Amino acid sequence: MGLMNNHGVLERHSLLLTIGILVVVSIGGIIQMAPLMYMDNTIEKVDGMRPYTPLELKGRDIYIREGCYVCHSQMVRPLRDEVERYGHYSLAAESMYDHPFQWGSKRTGPDLARVGGKYSAEWQVDHLIDPRALVPESIMPPYAFLMDKKLRYDGIEDRLRTERLVGVPYSDEMIENAKGHILAQADPNDKGFDYYDSLMGLYEAEAGREGTVEARDWDGNPDEITEMDALVAYLQMTGTLVDFSTYEADDLGNRR
Amino acid sequence: MTETIGATRRSNNTSILGVGALTSVFLFLALLMATYSKDAGMEYQALTFLLLAGVFVIGMALWVGGLVDRDPFDESEYENTLIKFGVAASMFWGIAGLLVGVVIALQLTWPTIFYFPELGWTNFGRLRPLHTSAVIFAFGGNVLLATSFYVVQRTCRTRLAGGMWPWFVFWGYQIFIVLAATGYLMGVTQSKEYAEPEWYVDLWLTLVWVVYLLVFLGTLWKRKEPHIYVANWFFLSFIVTIAMLHIVNNLSIPVSLTGSKSVQVFAGVQDAMTQWWYGHNAVGFFLTTGFLAIMYYFIPKRVNRPVFSYRLSIVHFWSLIFIYIWAGPHHLHYTALPQWAQTLGMTFSVMLWMPSWGGMINGVMTLSGAWDKLRTDPVVRMMVVSLAFYGMSTFEGPLMSVRAVNSLSHYTEWGIGHVHSGALGWVGYISFGALYCLVPWLYKKKGLFSKSLVEWHFWISTIGIIFYMVSMWFAGIMEGLMWRAYNEYGFLEYSFVETVEAKHISYMIRALGGLLYFSGAAIMAYNLIRTALGHGEAENLETTNDPYAQPEPRAAALAPAE
Repeated sequence: MGLMNNHGVLERHSLLLTIGILVVVSIGGIIQMAPLMYMDNTIEKVDGMRPYTPLELKGRDIYIREGCYVCHSQMVRPLRDEVERYGHYSLAAESMYDHPFQWGSKRTGPDLARVGGKYSAEWQVDHLIDPRALVPESIMPPYAFLMDKKLRYDGIEDRLRTERLVGVPYSDEMIENAKGHILAQADPNDKGFDYYDSLMGLYEAEAGREGTVEARDWDGNPDEITEMDALVAYLQMTGTLVDFSTYEADDLGNRR
Repeated sequence: MTETIGATRRSNNTSILGVGALTSVFLFLALLMATYSKDAGMEYQALTFLLLAGVFVIGMALWVGGLVDRDPFDESEYENTLIKFGVAASMFWGIAGLLVGVVIALQLTWPTIFYFPELGWTNFGRLRPLHTSAVIFAFGGNVLLATSFYVVQRTCRTRLAGGMWPWFVFWGYQIFIVLAATGYLMGVTQSKEYAEPEWYVDLWLTLVWVVYLLVFLGTLWKRKEPHIYVANWFFLSFIVTIAMLHIVNNLSIPVSLTGSKSVQVFAGVQDAMTQWWYGHNAVGFFLTTGFLAIMYYFIPKRVNRPVFSYRLSIVHFWSLIFIYIWAGPHHLHYTALPQWAQTLGMTFSVMLWMPSWGGMINGVMTLSGAWDKLRTDPVVRMMVVSLAFYGMSTFEGPLMSVRAVNSLSHYTEWGIGHVHSGALGWVGYISFGALYCLVPWLYKKKGLFSKSLVEWHFWISTIGIIFYMVSMWFAGIMEGLMWRAYNEYGFLEYSFVETVEAKHISYMIRALGGLLYFSGAAIMAYNLIRTALGHGEAENLETTNDPYAQPEPRAAALAPAE
């Protein structure tokens, strides 16, 4: 074969070989990844999506820091058993503000895409402190130390600004009041009282519907805002933004 | 002649100064980052870097001072000391990574014994990235550094290019490993699997990697063989492609230049696609092409036969690297990734079966005329069994990438079993084979300290792998079926935790398998240390003075030059 006989050229010229390799390994990636960046139907718009509140974002950081994604996926597949076990299958739009995504690759524990509201905040706290106290067969690690760690959020404005840089629609008002919003969502009746209306107004307006932001003392310790507050606030909102009760599967628009 | 020697020495001095200057710049940056750090993670990471890079620069200065008139980069000799360091580092990180693996396997089996509520950093979520990075990047990476530097010199019949720069690559890479590992324990992670280190560690690795590429290319440029040997094509594709994958997948914007946190540029669907394009090709180009390069050098050398087929090598090489890169989306079946991308991923994954087996056949058939070595040489057996595992897991992979199979296998222990048959069987065994070859060659010994210890290693590890694989197949398929089981009333039969409970025995067998594999590696480490010390059967070899001595030139690209 002629092609084979000419291979010697590549074997004698290291730069040609390098360029050849680079071209050959680029093709697949470009074809698979580039269209996802500009094709509109990659992410179909849905109502209810809003950026994470600062407290939820900090909670998500703790979720990442502790490596929760190692054992918990956040992607319900459109299979009968998954939809019945976890809830409506995940939409692309539901992770559009996730930098990085948390779909996961392994279910050593159950999927968490729609864990929000499935249990009470009290249950989540008790379970995180000692999983086996609530689920004797569980093999999950204990996270009691989150109760003792005060949430640090000094750089939260910079953080939101960076998120905005990559496309998350945080407004100036959201950024300026970020610290206040953390107080408002974790301690709405005392320290965060003054910011409560601002938090609710800004984020629910972005979501386009009421009931998408919950503010309360999350961890049962109203005296300080701990990492447990942030993590539970995040867990309790995962998968709750899109209102599937109004979704009509048989709608003509869905028949494609 | 004196002039050329003088010129060489000057360029060597330049390389020492260059390495010193570049490292010092980063020392200064690290000092700034430590001083103005926004968080504890950044502070400890910067201090760790200061300590390690500082020791490196001071050590280098002391070493240069002790040289007096000796040319440390004598062009008439191969760079062997660096390879010895690489072998030692591979062994050290291998043992460490496997040990962490055993610990996390025990955590999943007996959570009440192996978790410590006061010590959050010992939790599974932080230790698993430590395990995966330690075995893939620390053990595998060091094996690849050591073997690529060894092979490129022999097959080009020239000393490693760049004087001090290869040492920068080696130590820079060790610093990367320590920063990544200590970062995970402190919770510094960007949560992208197998790419967990944060932005500044990514940047450091990029720098080290570019120097690695230049050292490798530089050595090819001054080769004394007309043809670039096939193992080097594979090494080159590994270095080039990993650079591309690493840079694109880690595109992120740091929140602060003195803080450890960064925000990924991509989100959701696009980030998932990018991550698994990276993740699958970390397997393809780190754990496959790099180790295929080892196969293409060490098997022909060890059995003293040319590679089975030159044409198959060419077809194998180009088809493997072209097809591999498409396979990523099979990690995202039934997710919110558009189905056209999933279908492409599946199609190419199935196609990938062929080049994979082509490579395996090329490796195994290289034994033609030397099959008796399977019986007499346990090191050869280890490498050939590694190809058998490679063949098995590259058949299993395409099978699991089919959507219908994937709906059952994905998210389960089957995936864990699949990676480990590839990692323990293929990557582990071909690496062990290379290390068993390298130590006697580098230390100029007639053989290994003890051949029977290699037999022990082989059989203990093989039993370990089988325990691991079978228990994970069992656990994975069982839980997959339990998740989708319905009772006669049409309700889900099992709660999630019942499927966790059902895996307990499998987990015990898996932990035992891991422990056996770890024990095998410990036996190897002992054997290699005794070999280097010249004990037992590792008697000194009589050496010629001419290091490039080679009886007859061989046909290009068919057999390694040396």
